[in-house]
Amino acid sequence: MFDIIKKLAQTFGPSGNEKKVAEVITGLIKDKVDDVKTDALGNLICVKKGAGKKIMLAAHMDEIGLIVSHIDEKGFLRFSNVGGVHPWGIVGKRVVFENGTTGIVWYEEDKDDIKNLKFDKMYIDIMAKSAQEAEKVVKVGDMAVFAGDTILQNGRVISKALDDRIGCAVLVQMALNAPETDNEIYYVFTTQEEVGLRGARTAAYGIVPDMALAVDVCMTGDIPNCKPMAVRMGDGPTVKIKDGSVISHPHVKDRLMDAAEKNGIPYQLEVMQHGGTDAGSIHVTAGGIPSGGVSIPSRYVHNVAEAVDMNDVENAVKLLEAFVK
Amino acid sequence: MKEQLEILKKLTSLDGVSGDEGAVRDYIISLVRDHVDDYYVDNMGNLITYKKGSGSGLKVMLDAHMDEVGLMVTKINSDGLLKFQTIGGIESRVLVGKRVRVGEKGVPGVIGFKPIHLQSKNERSGAVDKKNLTIDIGAKDKEQAEGMVEIGDRVAFEYDPVEFGDNKLMAKALDDRVGCAVLIELLKHDYECDIYGCFTVQEEVGLKGAKTAAFQVNPDIAIVLEGTTCYDVPDTKEHSMSTICGKGPALTIMDRSVITDRELVTHIVKVAEKNGIPYQFKKTISGGTNAGRIQVSGTGVKVAVIAVPCRYIHTPVSVMDISDFENMLKLAKKVLESLPVSMTLYREQGGIENV
Repeated sequence: MFDIIKKLAQTFGPSGNEKKVAEVITGLIKDKVDDVKTDALGNLICVKKGAGKKIMLAAHMDEIGLIVSHIDEKGFLRFSNVGGVHPWGIVGKRVVFENGTTGIVWYEEDKDDIKNLKFDKMYIDIMAKSAQEAEKVVKVGDMAVFAGDTILQNGRVISKALDDRIGCAVLVQMALNAPETDNEIYYVFTTQEEVGLRGARTAAYGIVPDMALAVDVCMTGDIPNCKPMAVRMGDGPTVKIKDGSVISHPHVKDRLMDAAEKNGIPYQLEVMQHGGTDAGSIHVTAGGIPSGGVSIPSRYVHNVAEAVDMNDVENAVKLLEAFVK
Repeated sequence: MKEQLEILKKLTSLDGVSGDEGAVRDYIISLVRDHVDDYYVDNMGNLITYKKGSGSGLKVMLDAHMDEVGLMVTKINSDGLLKFQTIGGIESRVLVGKRVRVGEKGVPGVIGFKPIHLQSKNERSGAVDKKNLTIDIGAKDKEQAEGMVEIGDRVAFEYDPVEFGDNKLMAKALDDRVGCAVLIELLKHDYECDIYGCFTVQEEVGLKGAKTAAFQVNPDIAIVLEGTTCYDVPDTKEHSMSTICGKGPALTIMDRSVITDRELVTHIVKVAEKNGIPYQFKKTISGGTNAGRIQVSGTGVKVAVIAVPCRYIHTPVSVMDISDFENMLKLAKKVLESLPVSMTLYREQGGIENV
């Protein structure tokens, strides 16, 4: 499964540019599902048919990144953020464009208070000597993502873009396992989650499922002097009670907890104060859709390197398989 | 192009503060009714026009919002002066000393301010507090004022359009009467795809009209025609200028409300380059447009935004380059004539077309 995670995490896919991720996923699971569609927002909708209930499982394909807003005469790129990125968190970091062009993020050094740093005082240096040289490889409007490899260490993964390629990997693994069920399973790989839960809204509208789960990452409370949160990396996937965008439907939450307990799968309850998930836009779509979530506890979410525990990942697959039975 | 410019000038001289777009809508209907197959006004006040194409069946929604930023009367003081609140994004600094029209009858008024002689030192240097501003309609007391205006009346800025300088136009409400003028002209021509020309309401207060319009039309593609931010004036670093006046219509890649469809934007760029029409990308990601609502309507819509750069929008008067208006018109028309192009459409894969 680590190979799937690595392959997905290393694929380029900032919000609005998820096509390559969709291609990788399609290649991995198309033989295991009955139908594959792409909608106007680029959502990849894979269906395993069944006569029972329609269950939608959503993981978003997009990752945070930067968008080029201007190329100056010396060849430096000015940029804005795509999704939740802290200006001070990316100074000195390496970014890469879809065509492989690599750059370093830096800031105007006469601005000495780094805590108050703003994107309009920052730039990307792609080692171009002039605007003309830069424009050969990068255009205004192009997006870049953070660079960083995907490694396994002490049973835990360190990588860029685990938010939410780890959710994509969980759904891919599940589709490959093809759990036996009468229910109709929609494996939905959504777009533009990081900029406002946009893809999931139209995907859900086209499906109108009987229930839906967002499979994403959640924060943890197990690192030094962090904000308190009763979730620890390695203690199992979470059953979402709420996050900043949704309060889970009680039936969905109970069904998840029952599935975990009957099958001896470790789980934790997730109460996330900030941050939203696709469930936030799914549950208010059409006439309302009972929704909840399963999250992989993750340290350093929205950082250039994020981390998850492989046991949590594998148990998330088990939990979802038990849930859809 | 003279005719289209005169229509734009007339459009900017009409008042249509959000929620009160009737005068603008009536004028538009008079211009487009003979060029479309059907039109109606929905419950929110959107004007939805339909023009059947000669073949492909591709449903294209064109959006331009009729409303403008302005004010609303909230209270009539005992001295006959009017308290107000802002409708849409306006900050108090630009209000001081401006002429306005109040209500359907267009009662003249002015947002008065204490003259410099009477101001304290603090008042002279500090920011203006909106709470201390009132509209003076020349009434001697509350009773007389009540005979002239009502609470809830919209208040629009009074600013006649003027052509000036190097091919420039200054006018109020260029955001988004310029989009309306482009859309009116586009509806006078024939295309292969089905066109739904939507003149929408209440954009400035939260992209509201476009939401219901898109739900009714359920299009495959939508192109939003806008007037957008521009501040290409001294003391702004080049990378902070969102657009540049006179450099052609601006295409949006991303703003606060939307990431536009890559296939569609790439196609528009190709059409511009093939026809030698200048264009630029909007460089900042601030602001939002109806594209944000339309894109996530139903099972999703492929969206793009084409906009004329307008200096000083959301103030009583804005400035555009007439060549940008002409080029936006050319570009939008060429794009429509070039459709359909091969695109991945959800309904063609058996996705739900209409729920």
